[in-house]
Formats: sequence, structure tokens, C-alpha cells
Amino acid sequence: MNKNKYLVIGAGVIVGLAALALTAAGNPANMGFCIACFLRDIAGGLGLHSAEKVQYLRPEIVGLVLGATVAALASKEFRARAGSAPALRFVLGMIVMVGALAFLGCPLRMVLRLGGGDVTAIAGLIGFAAGIGVGVLCLKKGFSLGRARKVQKADGFVLPGFMIAVLALLLLAPSFIRFSQAGPGASHAPWLIALAGGLIVGVLAQKSRLCMAGGLRDVFLFRDFHLLTGFIAIFVTVLVGNLVLGNFNPTLAVQPVAHHDYVWSFLGMAMAGWGSVLLGGCPLRQLILAGEGSGDSAVTVFGMLVGAALAHNFGMAGNADAMTDGVFTAGGVAQAGRIGIVIGLILLAIISYANLHREEKTK
Amino acid sequence: MIDARGYSCPMPVVMVQKEVKKSAPDTLEVLVDDPCAVENITRFAHNNGYNAVSRETGDEEFALILTKKA
Repeated sequence: MNKNKYLVIGAGVIVGLAALALTAAGNPANMGFCIACFLRDIAGGLGLHSAEKVQYLRPEIVGLVLGATVAALASKEFRARAGSAPALRFVLGMIVMVGALAFLGCPLRMVLRLGGGDVTAIAGLIGFAAGIGVGVLCLKKGFSLGRARKVQKADGFVLPGFMIAVLALLLLAPSFIRFSQAGPGASHAPWLIALAGGLIVGVLAQKSRLCMAGGLRDVFLFRDFHLLTGFIAIFVTVLVGNLVLGNFNPTLAVQPVAHHDYVWSFLGMAMAGWGSVLLGGCPLRQLILAGEGSGDSAVTVFGMLVGAALAHNFGMAGNADAMTDGVFTAGGVAQAGRIGIVIGLILLAIISYANLHREEKTK
Repeated sequence: MIDARGYSCPMPVVMVQKEVKKSAPDTLEVLVDDPCAVENITRFAHNNGYNAVSRETGDEEFALILTKKA
């Protein structure tokens, strides 16, 4: 086993431990990390949507991006690059976010949910794998978003700079920044712990190239299990941790911030998986690439922020099941979310088809 | 030669995979500008019967030479 293999497994273990620690410190259950949920919370905190229960400037996201920036600068891997179909990447970021929020979690939270015993997330996992399979077919047929080119070094600091501003707004808390008083947005670890968790994972994710979509994609495409071992390491760590802590609850009953709408969980995560393959990485990977200087990934992250805002403004995000005073209230994906998923899948098909054979020939 | 400069992963490896499947060359030179691509192509080469040697060619670019194992 080579050094890189240890690195990706070690990164997976640390991500799992950090997720458990952040949950113990106050983050919602099975949500130590969730890139989709936390970007959605940031969108709400900035007033881009009005869902009062999901508004908070999550320091984990700031830490992930800045951790990647520090690691990339230290290892001379910081590359200011941009120009690979930025407008399409913005749209793809929106689509991935709408799909993930219908399911109620990004691919990373999907693994955390499974590790907590949330059996309802299996529909999302199967959908995610199916979406990645479709994305891999597109790659095999010649899908590409084209080349990026070198840009001014300052361009590579756009998202890190934005994240520093987000952190400043969190700490200064001016009146126009929104903070949830109840719901998932009100459940959060102390900011310094959250920031530290994000920084540690950001450094490790940059060094190991950890990617939830890349894990399955590389298996389908190259029979390469390297990245998948990181994915599995997260799951095993969270599973063991929850068993030790007594938080493992393997049932179909009401799970934390989850629903039983299996068909739309499947389709939502299929959309997230397909879109992630077209983008070259999952939402976590997009944050890390943006931290390394990719302007294209920064545009993708801004697309995800807008996608999160639209998901809540238009009622497309999934609604969690609830148990109040012994009365079960079913959540799920409402009609607006179902329409959003159908439109997203159609857009993915159009984008995929329109960009086949864009890849240049070898010389 | 494959010029994969400007492409982000997994595109450089996909391009190498296609060339290896198409013509199974004895040697193949690949140009990339992404350190991640260097790692991925090297791993792909080792898993598919090739040795891979990479060198930095300056200005944040790398050249990989893939040689079929004897």
C-alpha cells in the first residue's frame, strides 16, 4: 500500500472523526458535515432565501476552503485557472444543489446518514451511483467542458476571499445577517471548533484529493478503488463512532433531517451524482478545488449557493419527517421539488449531449 | 502525444485511457498542468501494464512518459 493510499484512508478517518466531533459539539444529528446543507445555511444567513430554520454562516465551509488554500500554497499546488465553460458550471452547481437538497444532504452527508443507521439514505446512495454511472457514460462518449487556462493569481483567491468575508460577517453579526432561532440552522458547534474542523478536513481533502463522486466514478471508469477507500473509511469511522457513542439507530423510523420519499431521494441524488461527474467532482471537491485557485470551481460554488436559495424560495428542498408528541408527520419532496428534479435531469441531458466530443484529439 | 494541459481530472486520465485502448502504444507522452492528474495517470499506468515517469517541465506543467512493461 503506497503513501497516497494511506493518505486517502487517513483523510477519510479524520473526516469521519471530525463529523462525529462536530455533531457532539452541537451540529444537527448525522450532519457533522454537509456541504449542500451548510451552503444552504450560508445562503440563508446572507438573506438569499427566507427559510428561517436554515440560516447560519457555517464556519466549516470557510475552514474547508481556507484549509485547501493553505495546503495548496504550502505545497506549491495553488493554480489560478479558469475559463472551462464557467456559465455551464454555474448551472451545473445549481442543479447538483437542487438534487442534493431534495434528498436532504450532499454525498458526504449521505455517507454520514448511512453511518448513523439512516436506512432511508440507501435510496439516495443507489441514485447517486446510478447518476455517476450515467455521467461516466457521458465521459466515455467524449463529454468535456473544455480547457481552463492560466489567469492572474489574484483570480484564484476569489472564493477564499469570499469565505474570509463570510467569517467576518459571522463574527461581526451585523443586523442584516440572519441567524436561525430554531431548526437545523440553530444547531451548530461553537464557531472556533467548527472552523478548526473545516480547516483540518480542508487540508486533508486537498492533500488526498478526497471526492465522494470520484470514488465511484473511478471504479466505474478505470476499476480504480483508490478514492473509494476514502469514502469507505468515512462510513466505517462514523459507523463505529456512532455504535460506541450509542447514536447508531438502524431503522426506517423517523431519522434526523431525512424523509421516506425514496423515489425522489433516488432521483435527487442521481441528479447530484450525474452533475458531479460532469463537473469533475462532488460539492466537497468543488470547495477544495476553488481553494486551490480554480475559478471554475469558485463559479460552481456560487452556482450552488444560488441553487440552494432557489431550492428554498421555490419550495423544491425536501421536507424532513417529524414526530411531534407521538404524531408522525411525513415529509418528502413536494410537487415543486419534483418539477425541479425533472427539469434538472432534462437540463443535464441537454448539457451532456451538447458537450459530447468537445474533447480535443491527441496530437 | 496527449496534450491534456488545461483539463481537470478526470479528463486527462480519460484521454490516456482512450489512447491506450485504441492503439496500445509502447510509449506515450502526456502533458498536464494539474498535480492531481500526474497522480491519477501514474496510478492508471501502473494498473494497466505501464511504467510512468513524470518530470516538471517548468511553469507549473508536467510531462509524463508511459512505457509498456516488458
